[in-house]
Amino acid sequence: MKEFYGRGLLARKRAAFRAVDRISFDIEKNTVFGLVGESGCGKTTVSRALLHLDPPTSGEVRFAGTSLENLKGKALRTYRRRMQIVFQDPNSALNPKMRIGASLEEGLINLGVPKPERVRRVEEILETVGISPSHQNRYPHEFSGGQKQRIVIARALTMQPEFLVLDEPVSNLDVSIQAQIINLLMDLKNKLALTYLFISHDLNLVAYLSDRIAVMYRGRIVELGTTEQIMDRPVHPYTLKLFSASPTLHGTITADEKVQENEPAEAVSAGCVFAAQCDRRDSSCLEQQPELVDIGEGHLVACIHGKHIPPA
Amino acid sequence: MKFEPGMNGEARNNSNKNTNADAGNNGELLAVQDLDVSFELQRGAARALRGIDLSVRSGEIHGLVGESGSGKTVTSTCIMGLLPTPPARINGGRILCRGTDLLALPEAERRKTRGREIAMVFQEPAKYLNPSLKIGEQITEMLCLHLGMERSEAIERAVELFELVGLPGSKRFLSGYPHELSGGMKQRMMIAMAICCDPSILIADEPTTALDVTLQLQILKLILQLRDRFSMGVLFISHDLAVVHEISDRVSVIYAGKIVESAVRERLFNEPLHPYTRLLLLSIPDAGKRGRRLEVIPGRVPDAEHIPEGCAFHPRCPLAEKICSREIPPTVEHSEGHTAACHMIGKKWIDS
Amino acid sequence: MKLLIFASRRLGRLILTIFLISTIVFFVIRIIPGDPALVVAGMDATPEAIAAIRAELGMDQPIAAQYVQWLWNVVRFDFGQSLISGQRVITLVFQRFPLTLSLAILGILISIVIAIPLGVISAVKRWSAWDYTGMAFSQLGMAIPSFWLGIMLLLIFAVKIPIFPLFGSGSIVHLILPAVSLGIARAAIILRLTRASMIEELSKEYVITARAKGLTERMVKYKHALKNALLPVVTITGIQLGYMLGGAIITEQVFSLPGLGRLFLTGIYQRDFPLIQGGVVFVAIIFSLINFIVDILYSVLNPRIRIE
Repeated sequence: MKEFYGRGLLARKRAAFRAVDRISFDIEKNTVFGLVGESGCGKTTVSRALLHLDPPTSGEVRFAGTSLENLKGKALRTYRRRMQIVFQDPNSALNPKMRIGASLEEGLINLGVPKPERVRRVEEILETVGISPSHQNRYPHEFSGGQKQRIVIARALTMQPEFLVLDEPVSNLDVSIQAQIINLLMDLKNKLALTYLFISHDLNLVAYLSDRIAVMYRGRIVELGTTEQIMDRPVHPYTLKLFSASPTLHGTITADEKVQENEPAEAVSAGCVFAAQCDRRDSSCLEQQPELVDIGEGHLVACIHGKHIPPA
Repeated sequence: MKFEPGMNGEARNNSNKNTNADAGNNGELLAVQDLDVSFELQRGAARALRGIDLSVRSGEIHGLVGESGSGKTVTSTCIMGLLPTPPARINGGRILCRGTDLLALPEAERRKTRGREIAMVFQEPAKYLNPSLKIGEQITEMLCLHLGMERSEAIERAVELFELVGLPGSKRFLSGYPHELSGGMKQRMMIAMAICCDPSILIADEPTTALDVTLQLQILKLILQLRDRFSMGVLFISHDLAVVHEISDRVSVIYAGKIVESAVRERLFNEPLHPYTRLLLLSIPDAGKRGRRLEVIPGRVPDAEHIPEGCAFHPRCPLAEKICSREIPPTVEHSEGHTAACHMIGKKWIDS
Repeated sequence: MKLLIFASRRLGRLILTIFLISTIVFFVIRIIPGDPALVVAGMDATPEAIAAIRAELGMDQPIAAQYVQWLWNVVRFDFGQSLISGQRVITLVFQRFPLTLSLAILGILISIVIAIPLGVISAVKRWSAWDYTGMAFSQLGMAIPSFWLGIMLLLIFAVKIPIFPLFGSGSIVHLILPAVSLGIARAAIILRLTRASMIEELSKEYVITARAKGLTERMVKYKHALKNALLPVVTITGIQLGYMLGGAIITEQVFSLPGLGRLFLTGIYQRDFPLIQGGVVFVAIIFSLINFIVDILYSVLNPRIRIE
């Protein structure tokens, strides 16, 4: 079980800026936890904090029962190995001057794995992700976008991780390739008993893949629950807004209501982060930040008016 | 043929400019016929478009869906006349804008149609806006050039236009610079620039791809409102089938430089005829498909230099037979307004 | 307002730079071999005479005190007196400075007039006759040493065809040939930069938008692209002006112009320490000032920089 709770503070020159504010959640083994939100919601900060690439200012990350906070050096690296990350852009993830076989070997060399074993593992992993091992002496630019992303996934797998953070792994890919990669990820999860944190702005994709979903807005989790709970009975006004804005293969947009471009100002320090944009706000919303409240069976909502309101 | 200059600043709900009667055949403001474009590259010719047919009527949004490498960007660039014709070569076809073949016009005349008759909105406004020119200037220059307005008149009009698209309608806003705007505001500015001369056709090339979902909704609604107000025809290009569904009246699917299917939106999404369309729809994830594997189209979109013989899709098609590798399937109208180019229409679909 | 904040920050940097340079000059002078007191006194002087001169020059004080005194002098532009002529350094410098400055400015103007139009046309009409001319000119300009060019110009235009005076100063006419020889070498660099910058801008996406708006090619190139293309050119040109001041030294020798360059050159031969010291600091100040002005100018032209 992987747990993460805490507060991440990102200090800037003048004022401290909370990129992520008191986020807590746990992820069970061999499940997919989906994190959905728009740009600026803090999801990338979370992914980096989990792996201690940017350690949180306060709070704790626990991996399989062990806290990462006080680990340093070798001990930290041992844990880090069990958690890997796949980013959005395979071009910047792969060294263009390095043959992909060498890229994959790198991590294994650092582990001190002997050469014959390394060769075997690299070939095995390439096969697993659907790249022919005979291509391992090619350079990244010789591959397509989808293939590069497979190679990035392969590289993450060389470390034999248990936990994978996937930060928008298919956003840059074509539709037909997305499906291939998504199927691959699910196959790998089942075959290797992996646990995923899947981060995306695409609600439909997250709903397809995840067992549980957290909706983030401006550094806070505003709603958290199983996929069924979130998809069938969304409660938080931001979740509802996200739903209505996400395009589907069955929806139609109408040219109603003149929408002015409203630039949300810097979040009010007191009060709900979403208050400025919310239709249902009242005076109590501006007084204090609502906490996540269990409205039934582990479905958490951070809203004072947090009962399920049927969509308009 | 001359395009009339001079627009006054009134609301144009009743503009006679874009009504059906005034437009070309059956109310089509834009009709692309059999457009064939190739690129001369060192390693051979790349066939980007192999006979495209498209039309957009007044007040209609026609969605063009395709993956990268399908030719959708070449289509929009070619219609606008922005293809650099040394590497690119237009081998045939016509582009009719309100009845006039743009390809037959001399460049000087063609230039006058850009921004005036046909306007375009691009994908990443940050890159597509000039950072050194003031916001107001980037619109007023068009008004002065195309509509012959005086500068003061143009400034007034620019203020009105910005309000129309949901931006601050003030002189102060006009003297700012694009980098001061957020992503959504930049896109609104691009849209304002595109509609400022009341064009008949708006080409939107992935206008919301770079935006957050909630912003995307606002921009799409804006496009709809402007379409209503100006009775424009909109060619909406995207790789995102869901967005295309939400906004289009008619949809065409482009693959390897050919339109493989075209129909009214409901028909295309509910009763797709072409295997590519069907597979594409099946491969999109959503909550309803949880627990099931996604349908996958094996292989990749072919490079424009190595397009397969016969039907370009046949190497990846589950229904392919011998004829598919030999003959290019003709575009056939299977029911009213619903065309598809496939030899195997009617063949039983192999169920997953 | 943002511009003011920006300007004051740059000003701060300017002052810091001058301070650092003064410090470096101070210590370098004291490290290099050679004893100024000995130079002044002469080889045959007695140790007492040397000591006396040393005291006069203030060189018997502890280093720290000398340093503070030096800094204080810099602020007041008091660089002491020339060991050779006895005149105040600052007076000598100010006498010669206008000539050198005029030469440098004229040189840079000639550069700009040649380089920028040629660079723009090269970019706009790539692979045309203009472009090849520009590239050839640029290659030659960078390869030919300016003093050789200077001598050639003198030979042709002052000796063979006596249009210009051979030496002397006093009017603009005397500055033209030297300015040309200075300017051409620098023009080569500016031309290449202008061409590259313009080519890069023309390939950017906003140019596509400009064309899609139906703007004339002239508007696209000269209103939209050129403005952005010239930004880096402004910076480089400003810095070139600084180098002009330095390049002027050699040119002044060739053309026998009584400018700063000759003054410093003579001072170096004669080991005139206060003069050298003062000269270096003075030129450094001018150079930094030019950079400062260029920075401000750049931020006026490029609104994005001001945010920083």
